[in-house]
Parts: sequence; structure tokens; C-alpha cells
Amino acid sequence: MKINVLIVDDSAAIRKILTRVLSQTDLPWGIIYEAGDGVEALDVLKSSEVSLILSDINMPKMDGLQLLTEVRANPQWKQLPVIMISTEGSEAKVMDAVELGANNYVRKPFTADQIKEKILSCLKGVVAA
Amino acid sequence: MQRRSHARDDKTMIDKDALARYMFSAADEIFATMLGLQIILGKASAENPETATDSERVVALIGLAGSYNGTGIISCSPALACKLSSMMLASDLRVVDGEVLDAIGELSNMVFGNVKTMLEQQVGQLGLSIPTVVFGRNFWTRSVGEQWITVPVEVDECEIDLRMCLSQNHRSLRHTSFRQHAPVTA
Repeated sequence: MKINVLIVDDSAAIRKILTRVLSQTDLPWGIIYEAGDGVEALDVLKSSEVSLILSDINMPKMDGLQLLTEVRANPQWKQLPVIMISTEGSEAKVMDAVELGANNYVRKPFTADQIKEKILSCLKGVVAA
Repeated sequence: MQRRSHARDDKTMIDKDALARYMFSAADEIFATMLGLQIILGKASAENPETATDSERVVALIGLAGSYNGTGIISCSPALACKLSSMMLASDLRVVDGEVLDAIGELSNMVFGNVKTMLEQQVGQLGLSIPTVVFGRNFWTRSVGEQWITVPVEVDECEIDLRMCLSQNHRSLRHTSFRQHAPVTA
């Protein structure tokens, strides 16, 4: 089973780095979608099948926490694993994300191993299937 | 009309040395983690908020707002910007283009995003803007407010400037004070 991923970040540099990290992880990746903000991300979700979302928080138009709220409110995406990746490192912000339904949280700067560990943790059930 | 002085809350005054430490600490972690580079701290200084450059520079600016307002800046040569971007993106970028500007913008986002997290422990929630990156020569930068703190760091034998200008948001202080004092009558 192929795993399609949606990377949401207004920085093309971060999207490129995360794509590279994914390619270094030995998982059956399918399509890696990219979005520059929450609005674009919702457009992708409406038209494509996604198994994992990696999302920044601070973005224009719709930030990551608003995106997370929209995702969890939609029955079709309610169970979708979402990992927040952000410079926002305060405990309060992490708790906000967790309370809104984020499966995991990675603070920037991150190492490839940190991302891989969080992804593998989120995808245990999906990979096993 | 009598002018009343507004007593400042000493707990929320930000020490300039502490700010310089936050900037260096954030940059140190980011350069080590994302680029595998060690940085060397230069001598921090306070300078006028107006700086000019007659050589080519890449300058990333990012704003902060809340109980404190200000700007964070990363400034370096185009050659260093290309080098850092190449390492960050695992590419060979030899001229400043959109990819380089984006990478340096993201570096500034990470450095000052982490500085913001450290500051928030002292002053409460702050907002961070989206970075803007400028590339060119013969331009000035100016931020209205108090002095800049400049932390020069050396990375891979090249110099990169980290700068921050931060002022207490007196509008929020004044609003609090008006609620506490009786109205002034003519």
C-alpha cells in the first residue's frame, strides 16, 4: 500500500527538506503533495487521497492550527495522522496543537532522524496494514 | 496639564545581554542541527538603528509584535547565502535566486522563532511575521525604536550578522494606565 503525504509549509525550502527526508525513510511512499498554506492544503485533501499530513503552524491565509481544526472536523479526514512542524516551541503552543488533535509535534530546527521517528510512530498502523 | 510617568514593570524589561545570548543560542542550535555547522560568537554591540551597505548583501527581515514590537535581521554576503542554502537544500546554488532567498528567509524564521519562544517565557505571547528577504547593494535599513543589538557570528570563516531591535509596546501600557487613573479635567 502506497502512502501519500501532504507537506504544508509556506517555505519552499522546508518542503524540499522534508521531501528529501521522506525519500531517505524506507517506507512505501506514493505521491508527495505540497501546499503553501492551509487553504491550498484543504484543496489537496478534497481532490486527493492522503495518508499523512506534515504541517507548519505559522502560514498566511490559514495557519496550521486552523487547518488541523478543519481536518478533525471533517469525518473523511478525522483519523488522518497529522504531525505539526514549527518554530513555535512553547509548551502552550504544543498543548494547543495536541488539544486540537495533532498526533505529534516537531520543533524547528529538526534532524532527519527526529522526523523519521515521528513519522514511523504515526504510521505504525498504516504500515502494518 | 500634568504629565504622569508610567512606571515600568521591571520584570518585563529585557536585558540586552540576555537578548544577545538568545540570538546566539538559537543560531547555534539551528546551524548545528540543520547545516551541521559550528558558529563562533563575535562581540555583541548596540548600534544606531540606521545601517547602510555599499556591497551586495542578502538581508532577511522578520517582525515581532505583542507586548514587545521589533524586527529580527539576518545579514550576510551573497556567497555565504548561496553556501548555506546549498547545504540546507542539498543543492549546488551558485547565484542568489528564489531558492536562496527562500532558504535564508527560513533560516531567519527559525532563528527568530526560537528567540521568540525564549522571550515569551519573560514577556508573554508574541507574534512572528512572515520573513522578507532583500538582495542587493547600496541600501539602508532602519527600524524606528530603540537600539539594535548586533551579534556577529563567524560560520565557515565567513561573517553573518544577527540583529534585533526590540521596543516595549507602550500602547498596551498606556491603556492599562488610563483604566487605573482618574480622567484628566481641563
